[in-house]
Amino acid sequence: MLEDKHILVTGASRGIGRAIAEVCVALGATVYLGGRDDETLEHICAELGDNAVPFSYDVRDADQVKQAFLHIQKHIGRLDGLVNNAGVMIDAPLAMSRLEDLQLQLQVNTVAAFQHSQLASRLMAKNRQGSIINICSVVGERGSIGQSAYAASKAAMSGMTKSLAKELAGLGIRVNGVAPGFVNTDLTNHYPEQKRTEILDSIALGRAGEAKEVADLVSFMLSDHSAYITGQIIGIDGGMKL
Amino acid sequence: MNSAETLYQAFASSLDVDLSEINDDLAYNSFPKWDSTAHMILVAEIEAQFDIMLDTDDIIDMSSVAKAKEILSKYEVSF
Repeated sequence: MLEDKHILVTGASRGIGRAIAEVCVALGATVYLGGRDDETLEHICAELGDNAVPFSYDVRDADQVKQAFLHIQKHIGRLDGLVNNAGVMIDAPLAMSRLEDLQLQLQVNTVAAFQHSQLASRLMAKNRQGSIINICSVVGERGSIGQSAYAASKAAMSGMTKSLAKELAGLGIRVNGVAPGFVNTDLTNHYPEQKRTEILDSIALGRAGEAKEVADLVSFMLSDHSAYITGQIIGIDGGMKL
Repeated sequence: MNSAETLYQAFASSLDVDLSEINDDLAYNSFPKWDSTAHMILVAEIEAQFDIMLDTDDIIDMSSVAKAKEILSKYEVSF
């Protein structure tokens, strides 16, 4: 489904990002796994084979991001897919939210995704085709108590997705968002049992999602099977009520 | 092909016009085919042809063919 496609996935060393990389490689793509943990990335790529390439850089560092794209331009010369997955989630009620925590979430979840989209679209424009997937959140779409800072960063990402879909359509570039609900990852595994039970009670399907399930949707959105879909925020939340 | 010819060719293919229409005076605000979409295609083409990655400020400033030459000289492209 993704044969001959070159795809960059940020935050690929664990959780949903790692699952996306695994699924895309399995479907025939060459995947560049972005992340800060060299050792983990090397380990994952060794497991996935020659079509998985570690890209060690910090998405918050604009110069490092630029160097990563310069490397792709010089050595590969094309990019078919970008998955803006790197994310930070810091739960806190409004009165107890530090501004630096808000700024960190905006920097990673929003600003870094913006810069990646900016640079990726230039590589994609050359071939008049490409697919950008932003990993948004059900929280950004509907809001959630104690997550206003995170919601702000993810809602910004959703707005960016819809605007870029319109702006880049003329270049053959599709831009979509995937909005997971409660998924078993490192971001959620610290939740206390009572909170986890409350969340699971709000999910129609009665269980948390798995990273692989999100990855399957993302791989479809990266593929030509979704060629007529752009500007959408597609929920994958098991029928969650917030 | 020298640098100037490569640049002119990049402009011609990006703006979808004949090479003969490209000259140093050609400017963003005076050539209808040079819209924001064409500008992005032009940037992608220039980056690919000269194997560089332009700074955002340079993309914003690239308002004419002559200005493009001036900007590219910063990236060690000589004309």
